[in-house]
Amino acid sequence: MADESGKHLEVALVAAERVVWEGQATIVIARTTDGDVGILPGHAPLLGLLQGGTVQVRTVDGDFLVAAAPDGFISVANDRVSILAENAEMGHDIDLEEARRELELALKTGTASEADADEVRLAEARVRAAETAS
Amino acid sequence: MPATQRELKDRRNSVSTIKKLTRAMELIAASRIVKAQQRAQAAGPYARELTRAVSAVATFSNVDHPLTTEKPNPKRAAVLLITSDRGQAGAYSSSVIREGERLNQLLREDEKEIVPYLTGRKGIAYYTFRQREIAQSWSGESDAPTFARAREVADALIEAFLTPTEEGGVDEIHIVFTRFVSMLTQKPDVIRLLPLEVVEGEEAPAADDVLPLYEFEPSAEDVLDGLLPKYVASRIHFCMLQAAASELASRQRAMKSATDNAQDLIERLTREYNQVRQSAITQEISEIVGGANALADANAGSE
Repeated sequence: MADESGKHLEVALVAAERVVWEGQATIVIARTTDGDVGILPGHAPLLGLLQGGTVQVRTVDGDFLVAAAPDGFISVANDRVSILAENAEMGHDIDLEEARRELELALKTGTASEADADEVRLAEARVRAAETAS
Repeated sequence: MPATQRELKDRRNSVSTIKKLTRAMELIAASRIVKAQQRAQAAGPYARELTRAVSAVATFSNVDHPLTTEKPNPKRAAVLLITSDRGQAGAYSSSVIREGERLNQLLREDEKEIVPYLTGRKGIAYYTFRQREIAQSWSGESDAPTFARAREVADALIEAFLTPTEEGGVDEIHIVFTRFVSMLTQKPDVIRLLPLEVVEGEEAPAADDVLPLYEFEPSAEDVLDGLLPKYVASRIHFCMLQAAASELASRQRAMKSATDNAQDLIERLTREYNQVRQSAITQEISEIVGGANALADANAGSE
């Protein structure tokens, strides 16, 4: 798998109501529940749950993209990578200041209930994605 | 007594106001339906990838998940009825409610207790008017359902499904909604949501197009655990989007025929008005002529 320079990954980042980003990439790094996985062309088929909420993509043009994908999952098969998350968003589309404010607000409400904890996770993922992107 | 000119005129004016209203509603529905279809299309990739992933897990691992296991001897069945928030959509709401009643009848014959879940104000009104118990209901945004709403509904239904029957849980869940076949045809339909029957897409995979052998991270069970609730939410979202498109299509059609009827009515009233007006003029003239003749006769007699 070392010399696959001619190959690339077809990546699709899909939210529940739209396709957020679609393109070709050389590497995708995602954090699953077992830790970070880097996916290169020729990766074995994989289905994993995402944790931590950010996914990093290096496109074929050398651009580096970060996306927030809280509570999503990743599926890899035949050099096609699909990242599915209900609230997926690209890092550079997120306003960092606003995301930080939202995180503060979410933290203030606490993490007592399931919904509140979800909100905090979402806010954290957005802040992280926005920070890495800028 | 035939209507007077003034009455006819007033009626014609009010009908033309109604026509303007229905025409506007028709146009609004027409423009929204395009958006609804786009939304349904935009939700397609998510649903497709999710279905693919779920069938991959289901095919390559022998995991029994509570959401996919049939309960022996089901006693309580939940019915999610998707209706609209507003009327002016022809038979849309009544036909989906009727389909729901038919399903209820079937379930009752199977000696199952029915637990109704409702979305849309029309369905809620129907049930509250008949003083039936509602397990849970949601209203608002029936013509533009968001995924968050679908998620909310899915969470409530999954929770009910996972609760043991004795504690008020349900054994199966059905959805009654209106399927958008085309702009002209929308059909009320019933699908069973839970326990899940996982089916792969519309077309069966070709012989050489077998699903790849997946690695699971962390494990097949955990992945399935994470995926199935998402899958359920996506199915509900799909049904809601279909229902929304159907609602708008029905509304557009209903408003179009209302506009056409108003136009017919206006023409009829105009004709009637002209007739009344003409006969009034004729009568006036004949009265004048008659009066003049009588005067002339009287004058002729006195000379």
